[in-house]
Amino acid sequence: MSVTRPLPHDAAPLHVSGTARYVDDIPTPRGTLHLAFGLSPIAKGRITAMDLSAVKAAEGVVMVMTAEDLPFANDVSPSVHDEPLLADGTVHYVGQPVFLVVATSHLAARKAARLGKIDYAEETPILTIEEALAADSRFEDGPRIYAKGDADAAIAQAAHVVEGTFEIGGQEHFYLEGQAALAVPNEGGDMLVHSSTQHPTEIQHKVADALGVPMHAVRVETRRMGGGFGGKESQGNALAVACAVAARATGKACKMRYDRDDDMIITGKRHAFRISYKAGFDAEGRVQGVSFKHYAICGWAQDLSLPVADRAMLHADNAYLLPNARIESHRLKTNTQSATAYRGFGGPQGMVGIERVMDHAAHVLGLDPVELRRRNYYAAAVEGGAAPRPAASPRSISEKMKENTTPYGQVVEDFELHGMTEALLASSDYAARKAAVAAWNAENRVIKKGIAFSPVKFGISFTLTHLNQAGALVHVYQDGSVHLNHGGTEMGQGLFQKVAQVATARFGIPLEMVKITATDTAKVPNTSATAASSGSDLNGMAVKAACDTIRDRMAAFLAERHQADPASVRFADGHVEVGDARYSFAEAAALAYQGRVSLSATGFYKTPKIEWDRIKGRGRPFYYFAYGAAVTEVAVDTLTGENRILRADILHDAGASLNPALDIGQVEGGYVQGAGWLTTEELVWDDKGRLRTHAPSTYKIPACSDRPGVFNVALWDGANREDTIYRSKAVGEPPFMLGISAWLALSNAVAACGDGYPALNAPATAEEVWRAIQRLRGGT
Amino acid sequence: MNITFLLNGETVELADIDPTATLLDWLREDRGLTGTKEGCNEGDCGACTVMVTDESGAKALNACILFLPQLHGKAVRTVEGASGPDGQMHPVQQAMVEHHGSQCGFCTPGFVMSMVASHANGATDHDTQLAGNLCRCTGYAPIIRAAKAVEGQPVPVWVRDKPVAVEPASPMMPRSSDELAEVYAAHPEATLVAGATDVGLWVTKQLRDLDPVIFLGGCDDLKDIVITDDEVRIGAMVDMNRMGAAMADLHPSYAEMIRRYASVQVRHAATVGGNIANGSPIGDNPPALIALGATLHLRKGDARRSIPLEDFFVDYGKQDRAPGEFVEAVSFPRQADRLKCYKLSKRFDQDISAVCGCFNVTLSDGVVAQARIAFGGMAGIPKRAAAVEAALVGKTWTHETVQAALPAFDRDFTPLTDMRASAEYRLETARAMLERYFAEDQGELTNVLEVSA
Repeated sequence: MSVTRPLPHDAAPLHVSGTARYVDDIPTPRGTLHLAFGLSPIAKGRITAMDLSAVKAAEGVVMVMTAEDLPFANDVSPSVHDEPLLADGTVHYVGQPVFLVVATSHLAARKAARLGKIDYAEETPILTIEEALAADSRFEDGPRIYAKGDADAAIAQAAHVVEGTFEIGGQEHFYLEGQAALAVPNEGGDMLVHSSTQHPTEIQHKVADALGVPMHAVRVETRRMGGGFGGKESQGNALAVACAVAARATGKACKMRYDRDDDMIITGKRHAFRISYKAGFDAEGRVQGVSFKHYAICGWAQDLSLPVADRAMLHADNAYLLPNARIESHRLKTNTQSATAYRGFGGPQGMVGIERVMDHAAHVLGLDPVELRRRNYYAAAVEGGAAPRPAASPRSISEKMKENTTPYGQVVEDFELHGMTEALLASSDYAARKAAVAAWNAENRVIKKGIAFSPVKFGISFTLTHLNQAGALVHVYQDGSVHLNHGGTEMGQGLFQKVAQVATARFGIPLEMVKITATDTAKVPNTSATAASSGSDLNGMAVKAACDTIRDRMAAFLAERHQADPASVRFADGHVEVGDARYSFAEAAALAYQGRVSLSATGFYKTPKIEWDRIKGRGRPFYYFAYGAAVTEVAVDTLTGENRILRADILHDAGASLNPALDIGQVEGGYVQGAGWLTTEELVWDDKGRLRTHAPSTYKIPACSDRPGVFNVALWDGANREDTIYRSKAVGEPPFMLGISAWLALSNAVAACGDGYPALNAPATAEEVWRAIQRLRGGT
Repeated sequence: MNITFLLNGETVELADIDPTATLLDWLREDRGLTGTKEGCNEGDCGACTVMVTDESGAKALNACILFLPQLHGKAVRTVEGASGPDGQMHPVQQAMVEHHGSQCGFCTPGFVMSMVASHANGATDHDTQLAGNLCRCTGYAPIIRAAKAVEGQPVPVWVRDKPVAVEPASPMMPRSSDELAEVYAAHPEATLVAGATDVGLWVTKQLRDLDPVIFLGGCDDLKDIVITDDEVRIGAMVDMNRMGAAMADLHPSYAEMIRRYASVQVRHAATVGGNIANGSPIGDNPPALIALGATLHLRKGDARRSIPLEDFFVDYGKQDRAPGEFVEAVSFPRQADRLKCYKLSKRFDQDISAVCGCFNVTLSDGVVAQARIAFGGMAGIPKRAAAVEAALVGKTWTHETVQAALPAFDRDFTPLTDMRASAEYRLETARAMLERYFAEDQGELTNVLEVSA
C-alpha cells in the first residue's frame, strides 16, 4: 500500500531535531579511550628507526601500538591483503598510518600522534602516470583489454577520425560525517563494533582476523552513516580494526574518528584517469570504431581498483552501439592514497571518455551533438521486454550491426533513451535555447554561454557476481508491530524507507507499524556492501521474501481456522480478511501467535540472469540498465574562465519508482555531485606526493549557490523490464553521471571563443576553462 | 576565567574554563548535546552551526571555532533548542521534513540552525545565508525549497533569546579599548582573539596551546562605524557582515565582494581589524581598503599612530606592529565610488581568493587622474600595482591605454603557484581584471553572476 508513495526519509524528523545518532554520538561506556594514527610524512621509504617515547610520555596517552604490537593479522585490505593497518617497515604514501595512539581523549590522541620521531630511508616515489608507466608499476601483469570487432581496422577506413588525450581528476567523497568507529569489548573476548560503514560484514571479517577470533565473536552494528558515496565501502576498515585491537589490549571501549584533514589525507578517493581515444565516424556521424586507452591512478594498494577499472571499461560505450571497440585499461600503482570506490565506481570515468568522443566528433563533423548521439544509440527496447530485433530499429540500415550488443557481449534489451531524449529535448526546449545561446554568443564579447546534452546508461549489478545476494530478517510481534532488518546500510539514500514501504505493502499495514532497525551482522549474515546502487533491488527483494513467508503462514493458519482457501486471505488497510471475518493485523498476529505459528522469517534473494568473465570481458555482468538524460546550460567569463551552471533539465529512469521523492533527491544530489567532480573539485598533490587540498578550505565541493539556477528534474514514467522489486530501478549512482552534461556545456561555451575543439580537461576549474580558451585563441 | 551564558534558554555558569575550549567540544563532550556536528573543525562546512544572540541580535555562528569565553553574556541556541518546549517542530524543521531537505542528515542540524537564524532575522537571500553550510547529498535544491516555504511565517517565541546581564569575567576580557591597551601592555606576549576565525584553527588544526589569550569581544568602542562627509572610519572589531552592510551604499562592489567573503557564520565572527592584523597575503579587505586609500590606526598603551595601510604589510608574515600594539581602526576618505573588487576563486561562495584585485581609477575629462590598484594573492603581502598605476595615470582612459598598461603587471608581481592557482593564471587574470574594469566602465556585461538562463 505504501509502495510508490513520495514519503519523507524515515529519519527526517530525527535529522532535523539533531537526535539522529551517528557513531560519534553514541553514549560511550565509562573509561572509553580515543585513538589517533601517527602518519607517514613521506611518500615512499623504509623505516630505519622509530622513537615513540615522546608519544608515550604525552599527556593522556595510555598506549602506543606499532605493527609489531598487533597480535594477529595486520591487514585492512578489502581485496589482496596488501594494506597493513600499521606500516610494517615500509611506507607507501604521505598519510599512511604508522603507529596508533590510544589516549584518554580525542584531542590528547591527536596531539600525541604528532610527536613521533621516525627516521626513514627515503626512496623516489611514483606519483604520475608517466612515472608509473616508466617503472611498469601496476596492478595485474599488464593492461586488461576488452574488444569487439576490429576497432583499428574500422577507424582506418572511416571517413572522419577524431583522437585526443585528456585528464580526468579524482574526487574526494567529502561525506559530511568523517570516518568513525567504536569498539566495545564484550565477555569472553567478543567484540561489538559500531562502524560508519557501507559494509558491516567486511568490518566483521577484518576485525575477526585482527583479533584471531571466528566471525561469530564479532558483531558489527551500523545504524546510519552521514554520507558514504563509496568512501565507506572499505575505508572504515582501518578505524574499526584499530579500535578492536586497542579495545582487546586495554579492555576498554575504544573510539576513533578522523579529523577532517586526517580523513582526507589518509583515505582513498575516486580514481583519476587519463583517457586516450581514437574513433572513426562515417559522413553521417555514425561511429565505425573506437579505441580507448584508460590509465587509472590506483594509489599504493589494490583496494577495489580492479573492479573499478573494469567498470570504467564496461561504460566506455555508454549509450552507443559501437560496432567495433577496443578498450585497454592500465591500473597504475602509485605512491598516493589508495584510490577506492566512489559513486559510479569507474563508470563515470569510462562514460566521460565516450561522451568526449561524441562531443569531439560532433564538433569535427559540424553536426548537432544531440543528433550525432541519437544516430549512435543502441536500438530501442521492444515493448514487452523481449530482446530487440535489429530489423525493427531505426539503426538497422547499418548492415554491420547484427546485434544490439555492448563491447563485452551483453545484449541491450531495455534501451529507453530514444523516448527519453525526445521527451527531454521537448521539455527543456533544447532547440530554441541552443539558438538563443548562439545569438547570445554573437552579441556578447566577454560572457559566453554553452549548452549540452548527455545521456546515461548505467549497468546495475555487482560485477563480482557472487555479491549479488541479500538477506533479511523480519519479525511480527504479537501486537502486530513489525521488526525489520536487512543487510543494507543507510547512508542517506533512503534505503530503509524504501524497504519499509515494501514490508508495509506485503502486510498491508501502515508504516508506523514497521520498525526499521540498524544493520547488524548478528541478524543478517554475510552481507554485501551497500554499493553498486543495489541496495533497494537486493534488500527489497529479500525483505519481500521474508514478509511473504510470514504472511503465507498467517494466511494458512487463518484459512484453516475459517475453512477458506489460503490464497483468498487478504492483507490490506491494516487488516486481514478471511472469508467473512475481518481482523486487524494486530488481532491476526495475536491469533497466529496463540496458534503457535512462527512469526519470524528470513528472506533471501539473488539476482538472476547474470554471469561474467572479467578476464575475457564477456558475459552479462548487468541484470539491467538504468537510464537518464540531462541538458545543461552554462555561462563562462572568458576573461578569467569563471563559470556557472545556469540551468539543468533532467529526465531520469527509476523504473516504477518505489518512492519518487527519495529518487528525485538522488537525482538532484547526484547531478550536483557529478558536476562538482568535473568543475570545482580539484585534488592537488605536490611533487613530494603531499595532498595540498585536504580540507574544505582548499577542496571545493559545490556550495548552495552552485546548484543550477533553474533545476528541473523529472522521473521517466516507466517500469523496469526485468522483474525487480515492484519493477523499480536502482537510482544511487546513475544520476551522478548526468553531471557530465555540465562539463560538456562548458566545452560548448569555450568553443564559442575560436574555431578549434576546446579539448577541455576535468575538472574544468576556472583556470582550466581559461587555459582552454587560451588554446583556442592561440595564446599560451 | 568564569563565564555565564544562556544555553537553549537556561543559564549556564562555568568556572575555570580553558580559554580556548571550543563551544562544539563543550556541547558534545561535556554537555552530551550531540545534535551539533563536527564536519570539518575549521569553520568551512557549517555542520556545527548554532544561533547566538547578543545585543546586536541573533546570528548563526560556527561552534567549532568559537571559544567559550566569547559566549560570556550571550544566548546560545543549538538544534536541540530549535524545537519548542513541548517538542513542537520549528517551522524550519517541519519544512525540511516536508521538502525532503535531509538525506544523510549529518549537515542537517547546521542547516536548520542557519535557517532558524535567518528566519528569525527575516532574511530571504537564501543562497547567501546558506553559503556556509555544505551538503553533499541533496544538491541543495530541496533545502532551498524548505527555506522558501517558511518565508514570512511567524518566528516561534521559544527561539527569541535575549542576552544575559553579566559582570566582567576577567581582565583578559577587556570592555573597552582603554582596558585593552592596559592589559595588552601588561601581556604583550598574549594572543589577541577578535572573532577567532583564524586563531580558532591554530587551536583545532595546529593544536597550539595559546596562553595567555585576550578576548576583544567586549571592546564595544572598537565596534563603531563613523561616516562623516570626509571620512569613513571602521573600528577594528566591526564584524564583516556589518562591514558589508556599511559598504552597500558607499562602495557596492566592495559589499558584493564581502558577500562572497567566507560565509555568514564566519562573517558574523570575523572582524575588519583581525583580517588586517593577521597579515594574510590573501585577506580580502586589505586590497579593497588600500585601493580606497585607507589609513591604519594603531595603538600601544596610550600611544597612537596612523600609517598608510599598505605600509603595515612589510613582508610575508611580517607586519609593522610592535609587541603590545593593536589595530584600533581603519579609515579612508569619502569619495565618489569608482571602486571595483574582483574576487577570483575556485568556487564563488565561501572560498579563499586565488586573486583579489581591487581597482579605483578616477578620471578627469577622460584622463586618468588617479589610480589606486591593489591585489591580494599576488605576492607575500597585499600589494599595490604601482607600475600599472603609473602606466595609467595621466593617460586618456581608452582601450589602448589599458592594453599598454598590461605589461606593467610583470614589474609589479611575481606570484606563486599553489593549490589555488598557477603563477601564470594569477598573473594573466590580474591583467584580465584591469580589462574587465575598463569593459565594465564602458557598460559591457562582464559579470557571470549577473547572467541567467
